[in-house]
Amino acid sequence: MKLLTHNMMKSHCKGVVNGFPLKLSSTQVELKEVEFNADFITRMLERLEWGALVDAAGQLGVADGLPEMAPSSGKEEEDEEDVLRKIHHVLLEVEITEGELECPETGRKFPIKNGIPDMRLNEDE
Amino acid sequence: MSRPEHIGPPELFYNETEAAKYTNNTRIIDIQMSMSSRAIELLNLPEDQPSFILDVGCGSGLSGEAITEEGHYWIGMDISPSMLDIAVEREVEGDVVLADIGEGVPFRAGSFDGVVSISVLQWLCNADKASHNPFKRLRSFFTMLYSSMRQGGRAVFQLYPESPKQMELITEQATRCGFTGGVVVDYPNSTKAKKIFLCLFAGVPVTGVKMPQALGAEGEDTVQFSNERQSGKKRKRGEVSKKEWIHNKKQRRRVQGKEVTADSKYTGRKRKPKF
Repeated sequence: MKLLTHNMMKSHCKGVVNGFPLKLSSTQVELKEVEFNADFITRMLERLEWGALVDAAGQLGVADGLPEMAPSSGKEEEDEEDVLRKIHHVLLEVEITEGELECPETGRKFPIKNGIPDMRLNEDE
Repeated sequence: MSRPEHIGPPELFYNETEAAKYTNNTRIIDIQMSMSSRAIELLNLPEDQPSFILDVGCGSGLSGEAITEEGHYWIGMDISPSMLDIAVEREVEGDVVLADIGEGVPFRAGSFDGVVSISVLQWLCNADKASHNPFKRLRSFFTMLYSSMRQGGRAVFQLYPESPKQMELITEQATRCGFTGGVVVDYPNSTKAKKIFLCLFAGVPVTGVKMPQALGAEGEDTVQFSNERQSGKKRKRGEVSKKEWIHNKKQRRRVQGKEVTADSKYTGRKRKPKF
């Protein structure tokens, strides 16, 4: 599971008001090379929850070089591509293969096995 | 051959053996790839721009690969662990999530530019457990799906509806959750090639609300219909009287060489009413 996915996921437990972000804990992380697409990263910037991204990246120890505030699109910066590449790395190249997601309101835990988060609810949830 | 969803729930039907068979079957691969490409076409995404797509019922990633091929990024959801394991094994580009779509769609508002789903929705219409209520499940699914989409985004579902009634059930629930749209039927006149796509719009699309054109149905969009009252005039039968007709008929049969009773003064005589 990539950090981009984690940033888009929320808890769908019954009665939850704001199930975002899911608390992330990992026991196994892998790095995988993914082709860089500046277009895609720029487009996704406005959709990301920056605070949650920085937190999750910090959890996994890959937050170095990530700006504290989300870069605003349209601003011409000297090292813009470098920043985008760094964001690309964090979003798409860090794979959580084993770990756990936790609903921030109910505390319900969703395991991550083989990179696949198991979001199935029980009958009473 | 019975419908797969009548045999059992999808997570049991697509077990390890079936998942492997499915993913290695060239015929299935061909059909799934062509339906996926068509579904992506129907999404009408902006050209030359990578979009973020949700693949509902992604299975072993066959449809996901078609999405990647078009240059888009995606996340997939499926209920069968075996199918998802194969997807991971095949190293598909999109992340896959193990989830039951009848429980909802666990993503933030406005996450996705578009949604595709290949051969999935009919599975949602069966109650596989005593606790399942198909109406509720369809509603939960469509409600959360709607919110997870960007306004103006499209969701295209290729499905195999069991009956027009089931199709109605699905479209009714979708409409209740705020979706607009309609059904596109490709090759409607061929039993083999016929494919049904449910195209839903979450809000007004940027490109307008014109429904996409179906394949294989050129010139058959309209049915000849006029509002004129059908004239009630009856056609007058030929001016031949009954007696004359009987004589003609007997003559014909004589010519054919058949046995015909002799003519007499009683032939074709008008009978009394009580006869």
